[in-house]
Amino acid sequence: MPTDPHPFPHRHLTGIYGLQPWEISFLLDEAEQWIALNRGTAKHDDRLAGLTLINAFFENSTRTLLSFEIAGKRLGADVVNMHVAASSVKKGETLIDTAMTLNAMRADMIVIRHEASGAVHLIADKVDCPVLNAGDGRHEHPTQALLDALTIRRRKGRIDGLRVAICGDVLHSRVARSNILALTALNAEVRVVGPPTLLPPAIERMGVTAYTDFDAGLDGADVVMMLRLQRERMAGGFVPSPREYHALYGLTPERLERAAPDALVMHPGPMNRGVEISSSVADDAERSAIIEQVEMGVAVRMACLDVLTRARRGVPGWN
Amino acid sequence: MELKPLAILNGRIIDPQGGESRGGVLIHDRHIAAIGDVTPGDAEVIDAKGALIAPGIVDAGSFAIDLKAFTAGGITRAALMPDQSPPLDDAALVQRAAAAGKPDVWIHPIAAATRDLAGEELAEIGLMKAAGACAVATGRHSIADAAVMHRLLSYAGALDMAVIVHAEDRALTKGAVATAGETATRLGLPSAPAIAEAIAIARDLMLAEDTGARIHFHQVTTATGFDLIRAARKRGVRVTCGITPAHLLLSDTAIGLFRTFARLTPPLREERDRLAAIEAVRDGTVDILCSAHDPQGPEAKRLPYVDAEPGMAGAETLLTLALTLVRDGVIGLPRLFELLSTNPARLLGLPGGTLAVGAEADLILVDPDTPWKIDADRMAAKAGNTPFDGLPVQGKVLRTIKGGRALG
Repeated sequence: MPTDPHPFPHRHLTGIYGLQPWEISFLLDEAEQWIALNRGTAKHDDRLAGLTLINAFFENSTRTLLSFEIAGKRLGADVVNMHVAASSVKKGETLIDTAMTLNAMRADMIVIRHEASGAVHLIADKVDCPVLNAGDGRHEHPTQALLDALTIRRRKGRIDGLRVAICGDVLHSRVARSNILALTALNAEVRVVGPPTLLPPAIERMGVTAYTDFDAGLDGADVVMMLRLQRERMAGGFVPSPREYHALYGLTPERLERAAPDALVMHPGPMNRGVEISSSVADDAERSAIIEQVEMGVAVRMACLDVLTRARRGVPGWN
Repeated sequence: MELKPLAILNGRIIDPQGGESRGGVLIHDRHIAAIGDVTPGDAEVIDAKGALIAPGIVDAGSFAIDLKAFTAGGITRAALMPDQSPPLDDAALVQRAAAAGKPDVWIHPIAAATRDLAGEELAEIGLMKAAGACAVATGRHSIADAAVMHRLLSYAGALDMAVIVHAEDRALTKGAVATAGETATRLGLPSAPAIAEAIAIARDLMLAEDTGARIHFHQVTTATGFDLIRAARKRGVRVTCGITPAHLLLSDTAIGLFRTFARLTPPLREERDRLAAIEAVRDGTVDILCSAHDPQGPEAKRLPYVDAEPGMAGAETLLTLALTLVRDGVIGLPRLFELLSTNPARLLGLPGGTLAVGAEADLILVDPDTPWKIDADRMAAKAGNTPFDGLPVQGKVLRTIKGGRALG
């Protein structure tokens, strides 16, 4: 059990790696209250009033950026979005210089997305305020894993003992890595399923079972988590064609029959309909939790922003 | 200018050829005049106080001219890799580099195998040899085109120049910054399978066998790579190989959370390959321990891991780290100096690597035991990019004597 004075003794959220199972659960518990608030009419809380949140996105994103922006605003923070296209990074400024600049502007929270694995660690070491990883290369995307865990927990009532199949381009996926860490920590039985060219080497050592046969990987799964396949990787580089990929690894209603009868279907978005997932599965309200994932995303990010700034805000017990 | 005679007394003499003995060395006119129970006469005297007296280190392949680091590390001759700016692909550049270190450290340029190190057209190897190049090298990369490599080996072979090769398959390692395995997978780093090395070694061994050329693999780091070299040697292929202390003492887990000082080429390997490398030192497969010295400042290293330059500052820690092999019982001290001095001198056709009477007085005094801590911020090198930052170590070079003159 935790020996630290409070239940989340971390300055930053750079990844799921390094979090204890009870710390993950704590963040999920904290997120629950924000789901209720977000569903009401007065979607506002002012606990982050006066604090500045900078979303520094070095890689394009619509959904995650919007989700963090809404999360910050609903808690009363002043939110500033820095887009790479408009930044001096294009002029050759180093990442550390950019970080120092944001720091000097007295940001109270910095959310970073970057195309290079480890870029967020590099920045977190240099700034005084909490840093949240919104995706670094192929490494981690912790808030996505938290929102996925929250979605599963709410729909299934538990995570412990569930069979979760993470399917598709695991090799290039930070979503997959963070989910593997979070779900194995919470005692799920995790499988990764995909073409051998898109499964990372030695992935079993992360505590999962690897399948290259989609049907075998789906067999009896309680949760089927599909990953996005980047367009540029479909045309012969890693898989022969989108058509072949869909035939072998696309989630169709027939394929889904292999999974448990009440299996939950998830996708971090944006989806390639007709490639990794067919529309009839994605839009099946009974089975698909894809829209709910987006909703949970805002709640989880609100919880992370709240928890990570408690020390800064002088919340009793959180120095 | 006539140098005053120098006598080093009360040492433990480590002669790679003759083994260990107690005594001293008398130096006259830049050469060793006597060894053992020497009488100093009017010579200046250095009391070794029981320290090791060993031949100066001949570093087979540094990427930078870094005189302070060389002297601090006991390196009296450094072979310079052709990966300079501009690359050493021209006789005039070779000549200039050869003069850069004298008199303290002699720099021995290695000729670029191909123009601009592009792996396409042969460089003027013969003219560079005449200008002082001690060998030919492919640089930081292997030559992708087997036909170019075939011609290079036959051409250099005829000139009796060893060809120093970087062995990593270009296609497999394209974009990769780590060896494939658990570490790269967890960190989400682009990786290449370890066999990328063996594939390159296998091809180049066949080409060397076909041409009869002398080939030296600058850094071999995998179990399969060593197996190929053992087998080729049995067939009579003229092959030698080297390794750095980093690949013997660290595995890929040293990357930790994206420590760019641990980004090397070839990359740090998985533990089983590291153990195979130690075994290859023990059984004699490894001929040379080298620094692959490549100081890189913060501009090149304070970057995301995939964007950082590979390379480590290895010159001044080469001996200290290599002494670990002696303490661990892998090899004895005379063999250690064969790997650090005798064998590289032989490969490159340089004097040195011996303490015989009449040899040039390139030698070092070494305290093998004193504990200290490697500190990246306090290195003699141009930059402190060592993956061993913070490591407690034992053994240090006390004095470096080059051509009969005590430096530092």
